[in-house]
Amino acid sequence: MTQSDTPKPAPVPAPKKQRLTRRELERRRILLRSVGAGAAAIAAGLIGWYPVRERIFDRLRPPGALDEDAFLAACIKCGQCVQVCPVEAIKLADGDEGYGLGVPYIDARAQACDFSCDAVQCVLACPTGALSHEIAHKEEVTMGFARLARPDSCLAVKGEGFTGLARGYDFEGLLRYEEIDRWEPQPVASYSYDLELCDLCMRECPIEGAITLEPISADADDPRRMPTIHKSCVGCGTCEMMCPTEPASIVIDTELKLGDIA
Amino acid sequence: MKWYLHKLAMMFGAAPRKASPAEETEAAREMKKFKKTPEQAQKRKDIIEHEHQYPVISHKWRNLRWLSIIVINAMFIVSFAWDVQLVEGSMSASRFLGFHMADPNAAIQVTLAFKELMLNLVIGTVTVILLWWLVGGRAFCSWACPYHLLAEWAEAIHLFLARKGWVKDHPFHRGMRVVLWVVFMVLAFVTGYTVFEYINPVGIVSRALIYGPTVAVIWVIFLLGIEIFFSRRFWCRYVCPIGLTYGVTSAAAPLQIKYDLDKCVHEGECRAVCLVPHVLEITKMGYASDTTEYIGPDCTRCGLCVDACPQKALSFTVRGLDKIV
Repeated sequence: MTQSDTPKPAPVPAPKKQRLTRRELERRRILLRSVGAGAAAIAAGLIGWYPVRERIFDRLRPPGALDEDAFLAACIKCGQCVQVCPVEAIKLADGDEGYGLGVPYIDARAQACDFSCDAVQCVLACPTGALSHEIAHKEEVTMGFARLARPDSCLAVKGEGFTGLARGYDFEGLLRYEEIDRWEPQPVASYSYDLELCDLCMRECPIEGAITLEPISADADDPRRMPTIHKSCVGCGTCEMMCPTEPASIVIDTELKLGDIA
Repeated sequence: MKWYLHKLAMMFGAAPRKASPAEETEAAREMKKFKKTPEQAQKRKDIIEHEHQYPVISHKWRNLRWLSIIVINAMFIVSFAWDVQLVEGSMSASRFLGFHMADPNAAIQVTLAFKELMLNLVIGTVTVILLWWLVGGRAFCSWACPYHLLAEWAEAIHLFLARKGWVKDHPFHRGMRVVLWVVFMVLAFVTGYTVFEYINPVGIVSRALIYGPTVAVIWVIFLLGIEIFFSRRFWCRYVCPIGLTYGVTSAAAPLQIKYDLDKCVHEGECRAVCLVPHVLEITKMGYASDTTEYIGPDCTRCGLCVDACPQKALSFTVRGLDKIV
């Protein structure tokens, strides 16, 4: 106020070092903080890209799943497919799978999709079409493809039989045994086998003619058989679940993996 | 109209302000003038003093709301656990008695990422938007969102620690939420992944409740930690795009919180409890534009202010109904 009386033209030093008021300082702090937090939130969101890009997880997706990238895009992560599966084969992925978080997958060795539901219930439940609605029959599914990964341990290849519980008494998986109850999947641990030659993969395969056991030699007395997978295989994983060897001699290659091979 | 646009702009991060003389109604001007007379000022002082001497504490709406959040989420849990098929799915998408429901925010992301319009998703989204529009859009936040309940408890801890002087609230710019909304939608379109769903605590909590705990819950605990120790209601106030989506879809909803200037003694109890206090700036002396007005689109209709106001100056109302009756 005193300065305003003086006639000097420019008594005040240039305003470049002008001190900010507390309010301005606080505003600036809030803005900086917001930019930082916003960037952090975006960065946190982008972390999820890493496991997907590096394909750290190679998951078998439920029947009708679109190609992996389209599937991750279309899936709304609601888990309705999990809820309708009669054998509870479908699980939701955790945060370590990046953008796969909350996306359904099947661990076939623990519980395969055995089509106990007949009409692909998970596909009907999917609200977004991530499990393609174009599929109406189990034969149209293309989840993956079975492969005899360990022929050396395969009992049929060795010409051996199998007696007992396919996966032991403490295995929790379920399977539709039509001769017991068509509508109530039974615990695999409740069903005992007595087979002269192990043919569990072929015997329990829900798709007719997807697996056959072919003779290994021309000798009619040679009991050895080679499990052979045919084009009609849908990759449901029942063979992998039922294989009595540890680890499973027959496994499912996922579509992701098959895509790489092709 | 201009005043309403201002309220809309506040939802997008604009700073709250006083109603200008042009936005003020004649009645409001008269009432404000009357309220500024010394006798009225003294009267208000007396009322506030009396309130402080004989506090009336009500948790009516809060209790109802907590019940609502718990019941809604319990329906999801029970549907799967007991296989009763009431509400199948989770918060991001579900079937309620067979009808499709979808979280609009997740649905927009999926559509942008997948680049295809899916009929079921459109049906579900429209159903949900219509239902929540009736009760005020962001009512989803305070009446259904499971994270909201956790955040309210975290907020209580934060306020307790703040009273002790151990923590301090660090506010952010509310515009951040708008920027993040746009960024995450663009990311969904460009990357082809629903990027936001990866950090969405609503989805994570909802799925963890229904399908069992996951490691992803650690992220939610981290967010709650931020809210307890650093910034009050950080996620819901400044980040969550779901809140913005619901806010926008019901910018003019039937169910409103009505402010009554006549009854208000301007002590600010409502602003102290509010999740979005900028909508209650109109309760400041001289800020309102009319003698009664609806408090605005960003409001979550949580009812905390209705409970907090000892003068009943804030109340639930259905737009237009008060004029008919």
